[in-house]
Amino acid sequence: MPDVVLNNIVKTYNKGEIKAVDDVSFSVKDGELFGLIGPDGAGKTSIFRILTTLLLPDSGTATVNGFDIVKEYKSIRKKVGYMPGKFSLYQDLTVEENLNFFATVFDTTIKENYDLIRDIYVQIEPFKDRRAGKLSGGMKQKLALCCALIHRPKVLFLDEPTTGVDTVSRKEFWEMLKRLKQQGITILVSTPYMDEATLCERIALIQNGKIMSIDTPQNIVKQFPEKLFAIKSNSMSRLLHDLRNNRHVKSCFAFGEYHHITFENNSETESNQLIQDLHLQNHKEITLKHINPTIEDCFINLMN
Amino acid sequence: MRQFLTFVRKEFYHVFRDPKTMLLLFGMPIAQIILFGFALTNEIKNSTIVVCDYSNDIATHRIIDKLKFSKNFDIQKKILSHREIEDAFKTGTIKLAIVFPNNFNDDLHHLNKAQVQIIADASDPNTASTLTAYASNIIMDYQRELLNINSIPLQIKTDVRMIYNPELKGVYNFVPGVMALVLLLVCVLMTSVSIVREKEMGTMEILLVSPFNPILVILSKAVPYFFLSLVNLTIILILSTTLMGMPINGSIPLLYFESSLLILCALSLGLLISNITDSQQAAMLISLMGMLLPTMMFTGFMFPLENMPMPLQIIANAIPSKWYYITVKSIMIKGLGISAIWKETLILAGMTLFLLAVSIKKFKIRLA
Repeated sequence: MPDVVLNNIVKTYNKGEIKAVDDVSFSVKDGELFGLIGPDGAGKTSIFRILTTLLLPDSGTATVNGFDIVKEYKSIRKKVGYMPGKFSLYQDLTVEENLNFFATVFDTTIKENYDLIRDIYVQIEPFKDRRAGKLSGGMKQKLALCCALIHRPKVLFLDEPTTGVDTVSRKEFWEMLKRLKQQGITILVSTPYMDEATLCERIALIQNGKIMSIDTPQNIVKQFPEKLFAIKSNSMSRLLHDLRNNRHVKSCFAFGEYHHITFENNSETESNQLIQDLHLQNHKEITLKHINPTIEDCFINLMN
Repeated sequence: MRQFLTFVRKEFYHVFRDPKTMLLLFGMPIAQIILFGFALTNEIKNSTIVVCDYSNDIATHRIIDKLKFSKNFDIQKKILSHREIEDAFKTGTIKLAIVFPNNFNDDLHHLNKAQVQIIADASDPNTASTLTAYASNIIMDYQRELLNINSIPLQIKTDVRMIYNPELKGVYNFVPGVMALVLLLVCVLMTSVSIVREKEMGTMEILLVSPFNPILVILSKAVPYFFLSLVNLTIILILSTTLMGMPINGSIPLLYFESSLLILCALSLGLLISNITDSQQAAMLISLMGMLLPTMMFTGFMFPLENMPMPLQIIANAIPSKWYYITVKSIMIKGLGISAIWKETLILAGMTLFLLAVSIKKFKIRLA
């Protein structure tokens, strides 16, 4: 049985007015690093809270580590590690006190599972007498991860662990997750950053409480239905406007220094016609190239 | 058990590392007791009094002169009948009346004792008792003067009458009242805020997703505040006995026992409030408004309950501090034991059990 299984989970707020989770089903295998990818308000946190037994679903069933989230919530609470989206440790306790406290709450000691957190803890150990509230964002995340790991959980739930963390710390964080995965811990992580999706083994793209696609990042990219092109010129904002009005262009999105476009008929000849059109519209230094889609391209494509 | 102790230690860290909490916890009670202490022991100067001198002799003149020289009294006029005294009290222009009967000096020297009556408006019991004390002191002073001249001890008997509030309920009203107020406020406020803070900070989420029993979360929150409140109580008792001369006639352990009951009651109330609120501000507001006003109104130390309309008297029965107040007064002032206050104790214990049961039952094991 997979470590996490959701069957048709529905969760609404305000007496059904707001549908946060809409008929969501997926499963996470033993020892898998699974990513829940979606923008803010997509329903990621609600799903996490349902799985960590903090919220009751309106309908549907789910199990974590083989236990039912409603009836056997006490067993689940012993087995999982949870790191909420907001930094949720005691700001007025020191790093060491926080870690000690959570170790005790989970009826273990730092010593017992030190090998599991050692790689992460050594980075914050120089600050162990500092109050948690005075740590930098990246340090806070590391401490929170240590606290979530201190009891060697079977399943680890990380709700947007890299939000508000600098790029270097983010990269380090994902490397830590890979090492944890090697220890056999099942990890369910959510993130609004599409570029982090490829770091997961499998991902679910979620929008407005609905899962749009579940697969490995490679397969999701492969399933992109059209050829994707990147284009730029000397006047990017005008270019975006002109592209959107062009009869050959099916979709067009600003994407960093390029605009990403797909063509109506998915044929090569259209690209030449487009460049001609753009020359007529007085665009200079036009570059058009065929590219491989990213997860974000897939996400935007699925949204439409 | 180890988990529980670690949790309790964590709570102590929270308290001792937050200057605001410390200030609220210990500053407020001290400030209140000192404030009320001075209100109680403040000297009363230039109070208007009347003298009714039926005797009009050398002894009465001597005493009246002494009263005049005292900075405490301002003798308005001398009147000659009891009727006039009553009228003066009713209009509220005087605080005290002193009545010398006929033949005061004769009685004093021939019978070796004489009587003087002091009548005070006890609707303000603090002022009344202070003023009668001043007046009797002056009269005693005169008696001592006579003793120096005469070899036979002459005795002036002062007959003090308190009118409007003859039992003088309210002399030591403040200390037990402030005790009830402080214990209730501090405990309710502190527990509710500290639990809601865990919710607000998001730490409650982690605590819930742990094997830790939610009931233990509640209990470990209550333990530190229980002990800190006992410390508070000790401070209040020390301050009120030294600063205000408040007596503790009864058993101190019994006093602590009754106070522990009230503290537990307040802690349960705090837990209940924390269950229904999600922000520290809301918890603070509810605790302050929901505690301060009823405690002030219905405990009986500010406004005598006997004078209230029936519906309000009935409401007062639901206020824990009312019962605590009765027991504390009985212990501290009257020096009574448990046999006299078992009924109030039982009511308080019942309220505590009820509130504790409700708050544990209402404790949310999930977020919503």
